[in-house]
Formats: sequence, C-alpha cells, structure tokens
Amino acid sequence: MSLLINIDASLSCWLLYTAVSWAWGIRLTLIKMNERKTINLEQGRDFMQKGITKLKNILEGLPEPQFSSEEYMMLYTTIYNMCTQKPPHDYSQQLYDKYRESFQEYITSTVLPSLREKHDEFMLRELVKRWSNHKVMVRWLSRFFYYLDRYFITHRSLPPLNEVGLACFRDLVYTEVNGKVRDAVISLIDQEREGEQIDRALLKNVLDIFVEIGMGQMECYENDFELSMLKDTAAYYSRKASNWILEVSCPDYMLKKVQNELLSVYATQLLEKEHSGCYALLRDDKVVDLSRMYRLFSKIPQGLEPISSMFKQHVTAEGTTLVKQADDAASNKKAEKRDVAGLQEQALKEAFEIFCNKGVAGSSSAELLATFCDNILKKGGSEKLSDEAIEDTLEKVVKLLAYISDKDLFAEFYRKKLARRLLFDESANDEHERSILTKLKQQCGGQFTSKMEGMVTDLALAKENQSHFEEYLSNNSNVSPGIDLTVTVLTTGFWPSYKSFDLNLPAEMVKCVEVFREFYQTKTKHRKLTWIYSLGTCNINGKFEPKTVELIVTTYQASTLLLFNLSDRLSYQEIMSQLNLSDDDVIRLLHSLSCARYKILIKEPNTKTISPTDTFEFNSKFTDKMRRIKIPLPPVDEKKKVIEDVDKDRRYAIDASIVRIMKSRKVLGYQQLVMECVEQLGRMFRPDVKAIKKRIEDLITRDYLERDKDNPNVFRYLA
Amino acid sequence: MPRVSKRKSHPVKSSEPSPKKITKEVERIDSFFASYANTSIGMIDPEGVEKLCSDLSVEHTDVRVLMLAWKMNAKKQGYFTQDEWRTGLKSLHADTLKKLKKQLPELQKEVAMEENFEDFYSFSFRYCLTEDKQKNLDIETACVLLNLVLGPAYNLQVDSFIEYLKFQKEYKVINMDQWTNFYRFCQEIEFPDLKNYDDCLAWPIILDNFVDWLREKSTSA
Repeated sequence: MSLLINIDASLSCWLLYTAVSWAWGIRLTLIKMNERKTINLEQGRDFMQKGITKLKNILEGLPEPQFSSEEYMMLYTTIYNMCTQKPPHDYSQQLYDKYRESFQEYITSTVLPSLREKHDEFMLRELVKRWSNHKVMVRWLSRFFYYLDRYFITHRSLPPLNEVGLACFRDLVYTEVNGKVRDAVISLIDQEREGEQIDRALLKNVLDIFVEIGMGQMECYENDFELSMLKDTAAYYSRKASNWILEVSCPDYMLKKVQNELLSVYATQLLEKEHSGCYALLRDDKVVDLSRMYRLFSKIPQGLEPISSMFKQHVTAEGTTLVKQADDAASNKKAEKRDVAGLQEQALKEAFEIFCNKGVAGSSSAELLATFCDNILKKGGSEKLSDEAIEDTLEKVVKLLAYISDKDLFAEFYRKKLARRLLFDESANDEHERSILTKLKQQCGGQFTSKMEGMVTDLALAKENQSHFEEYLSNNSNVSPGIDLTVTVLTTGFWPSYKSFDLNLPAEMVKCVEVFREFYQTKTKHRKLTWIYSLGTCNINGKFEPKTVELIVTTYQASTLLLFNLSDRLSYQEIMSQLNLSDDDVIRLLHSLSCARYKILIKEPNTKTISPTDTFEFNSKFTDKMRRIKIPLPPVDEKKKVIEDVDKDRRYAIDASIVRIMKSRKVLGYQQLVMECVEQLGRMFRPDVKAIKKRIEDLITRDYLERDKDNPNVFRYLA
Repeated sequence: MPRVSKRKSHPVKSSEPSPKKITKEVERIDSFFASYANTSIGMIDPEGVEKLCSDLSVEHTDVRVLMLAWKMNAKKQGYFTQDEWRTGLKSLHADTLKKLKKQLPELQKEVAMEENFEDFYSFSFRYCLTEDKQKNLDIETACVLLNLVLGPAYNLQVDSFIEYLKFQKEYKVINMDQWTNFYRFCQEIEFPDLKNYDDCLAWPIILDNFVDWLREKSTSA
C-alpha cells in the first residue's frame, strides 16, 4: 500500500509540473519548431516501451527507482512530438494502438496467469490487487499519452484513454473471471452466514470492482453479480430472515455511489439508508410515504424481494409502535376530529394489515414472525438485550399477530421451533418462553397455546422420568446400557409430528434402547414408545492423533461416525445402506461432517458438495484448539411439512365449520354459507373461498348435505 | 320359467285392453324374455343383451339400449331381470321383437321430453356405477357416457367439456353432483361466450375450472 501512496504523491507533483512545463512547452515549440528532430516510429515506440516497462516493474514490486520528473517529461514530450510531427510522421493512431497494446500485453502475460493459478479467497485477493494496479497503470500511461486525449480522440470520436485502459481489463480479465469471482464471493458470504469470520474489506473491494467495471453504469454489478447474489440471498432469507437482520445491518457492499441514476440505484440507496430512511418514515408515522415507497419498490423487478424482506422485518418490529402511536393519537384527538383520526387509524390499520400479510421471498409473514420469535428466544439470539427489552419485543410480536391472517400457520411454525429449542436445549430463558405463551393465550385463547404449554410441561415431566430411570439403573446393576443415557419421553399429541426413520443404530445404542424399554415396561404397559432418533444428541470422543476431542453431535451424525470404528474408509453407498437413511439425510449428514467447518471425515474428491460417488475416510489428523466442539447439523427445511400439516388441519376445520353451520340452519344459500364459514374460522385463518367450496362438494358426496331440488345454489342439511 | 298366473283382480283402465288381452301380452313378453334369458340365472345377461341388440339392429353401445334400460328401470348394467323386462316392455306396449323395434323412435322422443330427460340423464350415471358402493365414474367412462347421452343435444358443450376432462389432472373421477350440474350448465349457460356464468355461485369447482380454461383459451387464441 505504501508503494501506491508514493506513486500517487509524486503523480500529483508531476501533474503540477506538467501543467506548467506544458504551457512552457508550447512556447518552446513555437520557438524551436524548426529545430526539432523528427522522431521515427521505431525509436518512439522503443523509448515509450522503456517507460512502460519501468512502470510495470514498479507495479510488480520489483526494485526499480521511481520516475523522476525528467523521465516523465521526456515520455510525455515524446508522445507530444510524435503526434504533432508533420505527416507522414504523425503517429497518433499508432500511439493510440500502442497504448492499448501495452495493457493487453501486460494483462495476457502477467495478470491473467497470476489469477488463473489462484482460487477462492486467494483469487479474490489477487484480483483486488491486480485491479488496483491496473488502475494505477491506466492513470500513468494516460498521463504519458495524454496528448492523444486532447486532440486525436476528439477528432476521431474515439474512446478516451482512460476508458480504453479500463476496457482492456474488463474485456480480458473481467469477462474471464467474473463467474469464478462471483461464486467465490457468494461462497464467502455463505461462510459468514454459517458463523465464520470473513474478510469483509476484501468483499467490499471485490464488489467495488463489479461496480467500477461498469464504468458509470450499474450493468456489470447488476447483471453479473447482483442477479445471482439476490437469487442466493432470497433463498437464504427465506430460511434465516430475521437472524440476518439482527446480526448484519445493511452490508457495506450495498453502499455504493452512483447517486444520480436509475430507480434500482435509488432503491439500493434507500436500502443502504435503511436504518435512517425506512426507519424515519416508520417512526414519523407516514403511511402515505410508506405506501409510496412500497409502490416504488414494486416497480423494480427483483428489487422488491430482498429489499422488502429487510424492510418488512423492520416494519414488523416497528409496526406495533406505529399502531400504538395511532391509537394514542386517536384517543387524544378531540371529538370533532374523531372522524379524521378514525380514518387515519383505519388507513393505517389496513395498510399495515396488507403489509403484514404479503409474502416475502417465498415466506409468509406468519413464518417470518415465528422465526423472529425463535431468534429472540433461543440462545445466542438476544442476550445483549435486557429482560425488559425482550419482554417488550415479545409484547409487540403478540400484538402484531392480531394482524396476521394465518394465525394457525404461525402457531405451527412457532410450535416446530419451540420443539427444537426445548429438545436441543437451545432456549435462552425459561421465563421468556412462558411469558410469551401467556401473552399468546390472552390474545388468542387457550386452545391456541394448549399444545405449546403441553410441550413445556412435558419436558418437566420428562426430567422426572429420567430421574426415575436413573434410580432404576442404580437399583438394578445387572442392567446397564453401557453409556450414559438420557431419555426424554414426550406426549405425542402436544408435539409436532416427526417422521420416524428406521435408522440402523450402532450396537452400543441398541443396548441403550433395550434397557430403557425394559424400564418403561415397569412403569406402564399401556403406552407405545416410538423412538425419534432424528432428535437425539450424542457426546462422543474422537480419538484423533493430535489429541482426543469431544464431539457434540446428533444421533444421526454419531451413528455415521461410529461406522468408522469398523472401517477406515467407506463409500457413500456403503454409509447409506448401513444407516438405512434416505439420500437427503445422508447428504446432509456427510456434508456436516466433511464439508463444513470441522472436517471430521476426509472426503474424496475434495469438492464442496456430496455426491453418491464420494468416499470418506476418518480424519485422524483432525484437531481443534478446543477440547469439545459442537458439530451442527443444519435442520431440514420444515416449511413444506408445516404448510402441509396446516392445510390438512384447515380442511378438517372447514368441514367442521360447514357441518356446524348447516346443522343449525338446516337450509342455507351458498354465499351465505361461505360468509358464515369465513367468519367462524377467521380467528385462526382466512379460509380460501375455493377451499370452502371444495369441502362443500366433498360433504355432498359424503351425504352430509344436498342441493335443494329447486334451487341448486341452496343446500340442505342431511341428518 | 314360471308360468304366468291368471290374475283375477287386474286394475283395468278404460283405455287398457281387456284382461284376456293383457295376460296374452304378458305371456308374449315373458316368452320374449325367455328367448334371450340365461336360464341358469333367470336373467338376460350381457350375452343375451348383445343378441337382443343385434336382433334390433342397434349397436349395444347405442344410446337406445340405455334408454331401454331406463324404461325398465334396470339396476345392473348388462343385465335385465324379468321384472324389469316386464315393466319396460309393458309400458312400451311391445311384446314382440318387431313391436319393440318399432317403438324405439317413440322411446327416443319420450326420453327427449323435458320432464323425462333429466331423469334419464341421472339414471344413465347411476346405471354405469357397476361396482358395489361405487359412487364415482372414471373420467373415460364419463366422457363416453356424456357423448352418448348429451352429445346429440349439446354437442358443442359436450365436445369442449370432454376435451377439458381429458386435459385436466385434478379430477380422476366424476361424481353425481358434478354430473348433474353439467346438464344444468348446458341448459343455463350461454355457449360458447359464457357471459352469464358466475363462479361466485355454487357451481361445482370442476365447472369453474372448465370455464376458466375456456376463457383462457379464447383470449390466447
């Protein structure tokens, strides 16, 4: 970096000097024109080449003294002379070409090879270095060849030197590497999302390149980078939306210049100012502005999604404040102004409700809200916030729920996440868990929270059960599982449904299951135990060469690793058949053990994804500075299953509602029936009219209802 | 073959022939029946039906056979019991093959009468539910039946609907409600402009979808 500074400093000095000397140069020329010797092309080129070579050496970091002012002058003047000589010795065109060639030559011989031999982060660093070098080179050569800019290019309407120089880089380097670069960047960002530290500055620099290469237009940034980035980001957002928001305020790379242009740029800027821009609007209660902004965003193709995702989170968090303000405002206004206030409140409520119920990047607001809660309530989520602040946020969340139409969807997502928190001991604070349940109960009724409360109680019971189990073991020393075993027995009705797979347990664990089963028989004979291995955790010791490390893994992962006790090396197929799991599960498992942060297994070939032809070997050389590490297994995307379950429940709910209504009314018109159904179910979700129609048809087939003989739009209840 | 007993108290209407003639008629109907019946089961079975059809010079897939079945109020497709036979042929006043053949056009006219057609239409659906407790008709059979029964009167709608049924993937069977309402659709809805179709009414969803599909087709065409 210091090299650069030197050059720049001297460059500016040189500039000053040139201005003066050039003016002087004119007088010189005027006086000495006739005495000037003609420089022929060969000579001139050679002379320039010397200067160019010197510049390249400096950029490459070779020991080369800096340009003296003398040298600068000579180079510039040579060009000047060669351009102003009388034909056929005016070599402007040749010099223009030479300028371009210098870059092309340097790039092809030095820059590209150096980039090609590097990968990933190293490639990015190299690229950043090369780009900044290139810019310096362009600046310098443009100064040497400056005279061309003044007359030749304007006369011939050619691209100026600066542009030519940058275009060389773009055409030769950028076009070749931008795909690789983009992938490397996205991969870096993914790493960061998984909790690793990455070089943010590097990222910023790389993305600067994307923008600068556009040379004034955002095209390169948008098309080459942003498109994939947004696609990747949108997919990611739907899994971890609020988490991202909490941790990362608008990333620096979004902060880009280009003030004066397109709508998309405006949006980017707005996004960058998200903490001030959007917040300010929200704070100041400007519904009209909000809706204007929303309309603005919706004009940008793709622009809406990632932006509204972030935007929405903030609306979600801040929205209840808004509502509260509106409430306050409404109640404070005098009687005469009540209409106006009411209107405003109404508009606010409606606009708010619309916002609340728009889906974002494939996730419903119900899901986002549940995810938001999860992040607050789990360990590592909001420990920095005070208890009060957390309580306050939870309060807001519950209030916000009133605006969400798919409350049942929220409940199911919440339940699923609650289950994870409870079973994997990821809950940060029991008090908060109970507190939000109480709030939800107050707002939505006991039925809403009964299952969730059941879950929390279940755990307490399970602990009791476990202590009985331990007693049993100590009293019966002949039965021993051989391993420290903790079993959590859950009541099926309360917990989300889990698919149980027939995992082939390692022998050690089979014994545990047996022992517990025997114990449980002594307690009660009327219950059936179904083991859910996907929810278990194991602490196993990995006896690696450097040192033994305790690994905290899931049962699935442990089963996989224990296979390597019998065999050093296993193929994907062997692992799958031994474990008796599905491809999806096996891929996830193996990825977590060989391609993530901790490589307990060595994968052959060493690519980033698992394929059915890979083989795995125990990494005996593995080590970590910690004695005990947790190897996370990212959970399966439950979204699909949750939506399926909720849809199923809704069908039953609609059926029940229709039957209830018809039973009491006996005869009812179609539209009336639909209306009453929607009203009845409104507390939990907004039923789709088509869904209701479908259920009516089904009930007709099942002889619960029939159409009236005279009016097919009227239904009769069949007792 | 049980002999017909001479009835003493026979409800006679003024237009009805004299008791003697009636019993003669019944006798002839019965022997007519006998000529096609399968003696082991005491019914006319599919083989018998086929023979009857060829004697009548109609295809056994002809709609007139269906109409006959309707007239008889037959329960099981491909079979006619003696009672059914008697019912049908009596009301047709056809006690011989020749008379029956002659009556077929009359039967067609009768079925086409407004008050009868709906009944015939419903009957034809039920008649095709061959399995015990079967409530729905598979799409293919439904299409054939539609063509047979409604094709002549509403061929535009029927052709279009059949095309749609084969194209869509949501429904694999048709139920009675959908069947019934399609006829109503043909009667009430202007075709092909569908101007007066309102999907906010209680039309079965399959028809809502059908209309959407038609509308889409016409805009893209």
